[in-house]
Amino acid sequence: MSKVLIVAEHLDGKLNASTARCVTCAEDIKADAVDVLVLAAEPAAIGAAAAKIAGVTKVLTVARAENAHALAAIYAPQIAAVAKNGYTHVLAPSTTFGKDVMPRVAALLGVAQVSDVMAVEGAHAFKRPIYAGNAIVTVEAPADQTLVATVRTASYAAAAEGAHAAPVEALALDVALPRHTRFVGLAQGKSDRPDLQGASRVVSGGRALGSADNFRIIYALADKIGAAVGASRAAVDAGYVPSDLQVGQTGKIIAPELYIAIGISGAIQHLTGIKDAGTIVAINKDAEAPIFEIADFGLVGDLFKLVPELEEAV
Amino acid sequence: MKILVAYKRVVDYNVRVQVKPDNSGVVTEGVKLSANPFDDIALEEALRLREKGVATDVIIATIGPADAQAHIRNGLAMGANRAIHVVSSDAVQPLTAARVFLKLIEKEQPGIVLMGKQAIDDDCNQTGQMLAALWDRPQATFASKVEVDGNAARVTREVDAGLETIEVDLPAVVTTDLRLNEPRFIKLPDIMKAKSKPIETLQLADLGVASGDHLKTTRYAPPAKRSKGVMVKDVPELVAALKTRGLL
Repeated sequence: MSKVLIVAEHLDGKLNASTARCVTCAEDIKADAVDVLVLAAEPAAIGAAAAKIAGVTKVLTVARAENAHALAAIYAPQIAAVAKNGYTHVLAPSTTFGKDVMPRVAALLGVAQVSDVMAVEGAHAFKRPIYAGNAIVTVEAPADQTLVATVRTASYAAAAEGAHAAPVEALALDVALPRHTRFVGLAQGKSDRPDLQGASRVVSGGRALGSADNFRIIYALADKIGAAVGASRAAVDAGYVPSDLQVGQTGKIIAPELYIAIGISGAIQHLTGIKDAGTIVAINKDAEAPIFEIADFGLVGDLFKLVPELEEAV
Repeated sequence: MKILVAYKRVVDYNVRVQVKPDNSGVVTEGVKLSANPFDDIALEEALRLREKGVATDVIIATIGPADAQAHIRNGLAMGANRAIHVVSSDAVQPLTAARVFLKLIEKEQPGIVLMGKQAIDDDCNQTGQMLAALWDRPQATFASKVEVDGNAARVTREVDAGLETIEVDLPAVVTTDLRLNEPRFIKLPDIMKAKSKPIETLQLADLGVASGDHLKTTRYAPPAKRSKGVMVKDVPELVAALKTRGLL
């Protein structure tokens, strides 16, 4: 009898698609119930969106002013309190949100956490990557403990909208919340482009672009084909693009249908972030670059000539 | 104020880790070991806070086998005042590590605990958050900027949506992201100096910490391989190939 609790991720009143990916993962656990927990200052719209995801049994909402921002120290005691209501599994996406809050939940419950679940082998057995994806381990957790896990979102498609909305239930939680952690601000990269983590097409640039200014050819190609923009760690470290564009082991793990890597040599730490992509295209002047070992289509040449040509041709 | 820095030894980030043919583990014999790169960043940040006068003492702590002494000397050569070596022949899981660090906190009473956001061996990204929960103190994870002002710290965090800034009361746990700083290189005279710096050795078994190693790894496997594709000669051929796959 498994009962799964999924912690919803949301920002600016909108449910993040990573939540529906967790629902797909939860289906593999073959649970009797899959409930979604929404902690927010005003959870109504987010809860209604979560209720539409096919496979969701029930949505639980907790409305508190302190929940206006996703602070782990504020969320974790509430999640742990709800988890104690008979849940066998607590899941959240392995995004910076889930990575921040879930280990805090696990420690409050006194249990281990399984990070980055990429496959469910049984209700308490999972596959996950280690060493930047150079090895995949199967881990077994004790069946008598609450299973806390983060879900590698690139491994799961988002569950579709269902025919009927699940019921939404408002919870009143009597949990004391700390005051030692305060939200100050969020500087978001404002962009009309698709979100990197959910985009079906991604165009990424690397160190070979040479400057922030030169990155405009990456943006131009991305805009022409409706793609999100990504980058290698080298390009972020060099200051060409903001950190939220980094793809790889310590950045975002993505699985677009089409990934175009431009001027990226293909360090293992980058490759681990893209290996679930449908089709990988690499453009690089170095024919020996490791990126060509995993690319479906490789093109050797000068990116400053080839990228504008490609933009013209699509 | 004291700063406690977690300083883990891991397989060097340049090593291409191989799974053993019998799926029982990964090959670690004879491979280069180094400090976890995120922990190097944590130590660098602690040293800078000491140089600014925010901290007086920087203490590194390593949980690792007896032969981790050379690794600990590197951290001392980088500039830590002293070190604590919690000797454990087996690797510990994050919950156990967090419980060990809670013991060290009780002993040292640091104002800040700095550690890498993840270790690049198990890639768990858990210990700092677990420690903050057990300690019942704030956490500021994935830090790219840390400013200490009296009894609070303002920390900028690299999150998926951009850069988030939070304020935490001290003491607190801060975990580091890549852009926080660039760790200094160790100079030869510092290696000599580090030889006289104190290392306190504790046995994990003597700490009275309940094991949190609840997960059992039953199998190691190499990742699914992507097969090498084809090289195209020019842009028109690439566009045609992508159109054939229905991608354009």
